Amino acid sequence: MTTATKKIHVTTTVNGESVEFLCEPRNSLLEVLRDTLGLTGCKEGCNNGNCGACTVIVNKLPVNSCLVFGVEAEGAEIETVEGIADANELHPIQDCFLEGAALQCGICTPGFLVSAKALLEKKPGASEETIRFDLSGNLCRCTGYDKIVRAIQAADKQMSAATVDSTTND
Amino acid sequence: MKDFQYAAPTTIQAATSLLTEHGSGARILAGGTDIIVQLREGLREADIVVDIKKIPELRECQYSDESGLCLGAAVTCCEIYEDADLAGRYGALADSTHIIGGWQIQSRASVGGNLCNASPAADTIPALIVLNAEAQVTGPNGQRTIAADAFCTGPGINSLVDGEFVVAIQIPPQSASMGSAYQRFIPRNEMDIAVVGVGSWIELDADGNIANARISLGAVAATPLFAVEASQFLVGKEPSDDNFAEAAELAKQIATPITDMRGTAHYRTHLVGVLVKRTLTTALARAQA
Amino acid sequence: MATTPYRVIGTRPVRHDGADKVTGKAVYTADFKLPGLQAGFVLRSPHPHAKIVSIDTSAAEATAGVSAVVTGADFPNVQDKIAQLGEGSVNLAHLSANCMAKDKVLYKGHAVAAVSATNAHIAEEAAAKIVVEYEILPSVTDIMEAMADDAPLLHADLFTDDLGQKADTASNVAVHMHFEKGDVAAGFEQADVVVEAEFKTATVHQGYIEPHAIVADYNEDGRVRLWTATQGSFTCRQQTAEILQIGVGDVLVTPCEIGGGFGGKIAVYLEPTAAILSKKAGRPVSILMTRTDVFEATGPTPASFMRVKVGAKNDGTLIAGEAWIAYDAGAFPSGVIGHGCTCVFSCYDIEHAVVDGYDVCVNKPHTKAYRAPGATQVAFAMEQLMDELAEQLDICPLEIRMKNAVKEGSRRVDGPVYPQIGYVECLEALRDSDHWNSPLAGDNRGRGIAGGFWFGCGMKSSAACSVNSDGTINLLEGSTDIGGSRASLAMQLAETLGIESSDVNPMVGDTDSVGYTDVTGGSRVTFATGLAAYEAGIDLQSQMKVRAAELWECETSDVSIADDGTFSGNGKTAGFKDLATQLFSSGEALVGRATVAPECPTNGFAAHIVDVEVDPDTGKVTILRYTAIQDAGTAIHPSYVEGQMQGGAVQGIGWALNEEYFFNDDDQMTNASFLDYRMPTMLDVPMIDTIIVETGNADHPYGVRGVGEPPIIPPPPAIGNAIYNATQTRMRELPMSPPKVWQAMQSSD
Repeated sequence: MTTATKKIHVTTTVNGESVEFLCEPRNSLLEVLRDTLGLTGCKEGCNNGNCGACTVIVNKLPVNSCLVFGVEAEGAEIETVEGIADANELHPIQDCFLEGAALQCGICTPGFLVSAKALLEKKPGASEETIRFDLSGNLCRCTGYDKIVRAIQAADKQMSAATVDSTTND
Repeated sequence: MKDFQYAAPTTIQAATSLLTEHGSGARILAGGTDIIVQLREGLREADIVVDIKKIPELRECQYSDESGLCLGAAVTCCEIYEDADLAGRYGALADSTHIIGGWQIQSRASVGGNLCNASPAADTIPALIVLNAEAQVTGPNGQRTIAADAFCTGPGINSLVDGEFVVAIQIPPQSASMGSAYQRFIPRNEMDIAVVGVGSWIELDADGNIANARISLGAVAATPLFAVEASQFLVGKEPSDDNFAEAAELAKQIATPITDMRGTAHYRTHLVGVLVKRTLTTALARAQA
Repeated sequence: MATTPYRVIGTRPVRHDGADKVTGKAVYTADFKLPGLQAGFVLRSPHPHAKIVSIDTSAAEATAGVSAVVTGADFPNVQDKIAQLGEGSVNLAHLSANCMAKDKVLYKGHAVAAVSATNAHIAEEAAAKIVVEYEILPSVTDIMEAMADDAPLLHADLFTDDLGQKADTASNVAVHMHFEKGDVAAGFEQADVVVEAEFKTATVHQGYIEPHAIVADYNEDGRVRLWTATQGSFTCRQQTAEILQIGVGDVLVTPCEIGGGFGGKIAVYLEPTAAILSKKAGRPVSILMTRTDVFEATGPTPASFMRVKVGAKNDGTLIAGEAWIAYDAGAFPSGVIGHGCTCVFSCYDIEHAVVDGYDVCVNKPHTKAYRAPGATQVAFAMEQLMDELAEQLDICPLEIRMKNAVKEGSRRVDGPVYPQIGYVECLEALRDSDHWNSPLAGDNRGRGIAGGFWFGCGMKSSAACSVNSDGTINLLEGSTDIGGSRASLAMQLAETLGIESSDVNPMVGDTDSVGYTDVTGGSRVTFATGLAAYEAGIDLQSQMKVRAAELWECETSDVSIADDGTFSGNGKTAGFKDLATQLFSSGEALVGRATVAPECPTNGFAAHIVDVEVDPDTGKVTILRYTAIQDAGTAIHPSYVEGQMQGGAVQGIGWALNEEYFFNDDDQMTNASFLDYRMPTMLDVPMIDTIIVETGNADHPYGVRGVGEPPIIPPPPAIGNAIYNATQTRMRELPMSPPKVWQAMQSSD
């Protein structure tokens, strides 16, 4: 390999908006989101899929963006923590994390919010055991997890109530 | 990470061409949960990364009572365990795919990739072995089939030659009198590589005795093992605790674990016995259900 | 929860930085960008002990995209000078050599060179082209081996400081310290029962999720600007200035949001390197440490070897204690051993005691503080020996602790006499807790308790508060916020002035903006910086009294301030915000300031209860139930006090059950990854119940005691005691990982 690899042009959707970027094949989605697209919410904690701080949603599923190449984003739908709030209104999962003091240093929080939102949308009413099992790929070193689990449970109730409200308001 | 080219072929033929052209300089990308780490840490190198996720056959997941499960090599772990029907039929496979890393890993990791990565501690391989799975391989010289228990030839080494790749994994159909299970021992409750992994499969006859059984061990040898003697011992026997214990002892005899930071050889051999009994018990319950 | 006599203190407002932290807007160091930013990569030694014979950087420098390469030769020579860092001192020559080796590497991962380039991939590839010639030397990582006469020597110029006397042959033992009270020999004579055992603990890391990070800009005016993840902006500034041999005033440190510290982000690692790269490159440089480098090349906390002996009378009264403690310092002398010595017997009144402590250099990364540094190791020994005594005397483990618990007037082996403290209250809360009074049923299950103590620091803090025209306040303080402390500081100021927490805009200032402030560590922020915030508020109030008097045309002495902050004078009254708004329209702006340096410790005590189940087939320990009890003095924001207790408890659980550094026969770490350095996931722990005890603290206007550190101390011994209760197997090594527990259970059958 004598010349640098040509960059690849990628078209994708991030938080509902169409986005284009150039990247080298070796750039991870984490690098692209943070360094090219300026979406620094997802964090590098370990770069090998063991801490979940880089979690984003790709095509409806939570993934470690450090283990996805940027080029794989072609045609995909990506959601990051920056897309969770609705304009200036925080989502219940964000509100409950704040009310419940479910963060201390906050570095793991974007990853947890992305994973937790995906979990509650998929499994409303999830038990404590399910929450702990499904989110075991998100490490936190500050909180001991207690308040994170409780915040997720509280958000679950709020989201279910909202669903009930919206259906009864029809 | 060292530079490489990237290609995402949309047909098996196109993939084969690329892999043949680049030989050992080509690396396949399915879920990326192993290969991206390896490329980043310099454990493997690539001139070209061939992304196979755009090839339709590799994403297919089809079950029929006649031919069983045809699992495209790029089908992800979570696609398998979230399919209640599949999970019910192939208990060991559902067990193993649900505990590889966390949800984020399972969203991406493929069974085909787990097999090809050929880690001695891979979670899906003992399940594939006890379920009598076969890898359907294509390459420049045509197609061939490799049994799961012959697929790995050493730590991180498989029996594919340059230009070949796994298109699908074929697993025989399951009847109501069959049950399987996979368990591993890890120091935490998740996110660890197996210290020992064991898969078991039981088929019961009309009298409730064991018509057929298969036991497979992971992380206790250079490759995952099919425990022939332990498996054959159970054929025709009552599914009793004593018989399970005897099978466990036989299985222990073929384990040649190393002592490393994940466990001592002595401890791992002991765990083989524990997990053989536990997985046989679960497989039995599933066969009886 | 106790009812609070306060309006704001004791409530649970949403933290001021909350919205940013849940939307991804909060700027951590690696998020910070500057035009022309280069990415740095550090090349590190593969050998645990070697001389650097030569370094050839020419191929790296010639690589396209590379803007600078540095080695130890680019670092000024720094003298052997001791600097105070807060919670410990450091030899600056050692600190500099730790950032970048000059002639010798002392551990695998020791930095030898660094490259900056247009992106991190290019920097990494270029670094791989640097040719380093090493002369490999024999190495040692085991404490006892390192203490032997024939051990490989790390420093030819290290002579043991033996109780103040310098030895005359070089050694790996940096310090031998000794403390005693009473007459230990006589004490043991009088003992009816004596227990004695050896204990070992493995190296563990703080495990913060954010790796070390830096952005450095060596500006055209000669000032070095640093954006960094640090627990102490001022100490970062001082260390960097000393290593670069420039004036402290020529370094500006801006603390970004920080992703965890726990004691590991006080010493600098990347700052000088990034600054020198930036100087050479003429551009700003950003470095984010890899996780491997975090494990191998930052500051894990000491492994230990301990021999502890305790004697008691038949009625359970402790009469004598003896401790021989060796902590590994890693590559350079450390200092954590001092805390081990002071803490080993710190929870109990023992008439006669002697402690010998040794700081031992080994070919591992230089050890640092990890939340109550040095206390957890000795507690693992002492708190289990308490249970062993209790068993021999047929006394309940809680009763023997209550009988001997330190109180006001108790004297510690290293000298200090305790003022009013709360260990007894914690034990009483334990006795009255639902957990303690719930029976534990089931096979292979056991319950254990343990206590813990940390002195908690005072040290320097500064604060300034300026009043806005609407009566809200900007609070400028210098304590980098790792856990939500800016909220508790805002709350203390709000309480003082009679306003709401949301009326205060707290901000963590950089080193050009705010007065000198010591580290966020030592459990000191809510206490000392809170004191500064309080005094800044008092200062503001006294200024406003003068101005109110002018406004209300009376004497200053005629203006009074009620408890709720309302000003009254000459028949007029106004609340703080109202008065502030009125005063804004004429006269000077209102700015309050304070700077404090309380010298008293806050003396935090904790007591934990844990229920475990042990799988006899595998040795795996499952935590069934956990309760953490702690004296907070006064809980300013109870949610964040609970959070400290829960977070520390889970770190302690990880330390107890699975965390350790593995080394191969070549003294290289083999598990420098979150895969095999096993920290608890949320599936590994249950809810952590908390009971906050509030005994107040006469040294603080709101009675605050430091809470951050004590909760990491009790878990390992509490779990050890619970394992014994479940299996009759006594574990004397950390971690109590499944293979070890299983093996111990086989041996004790």
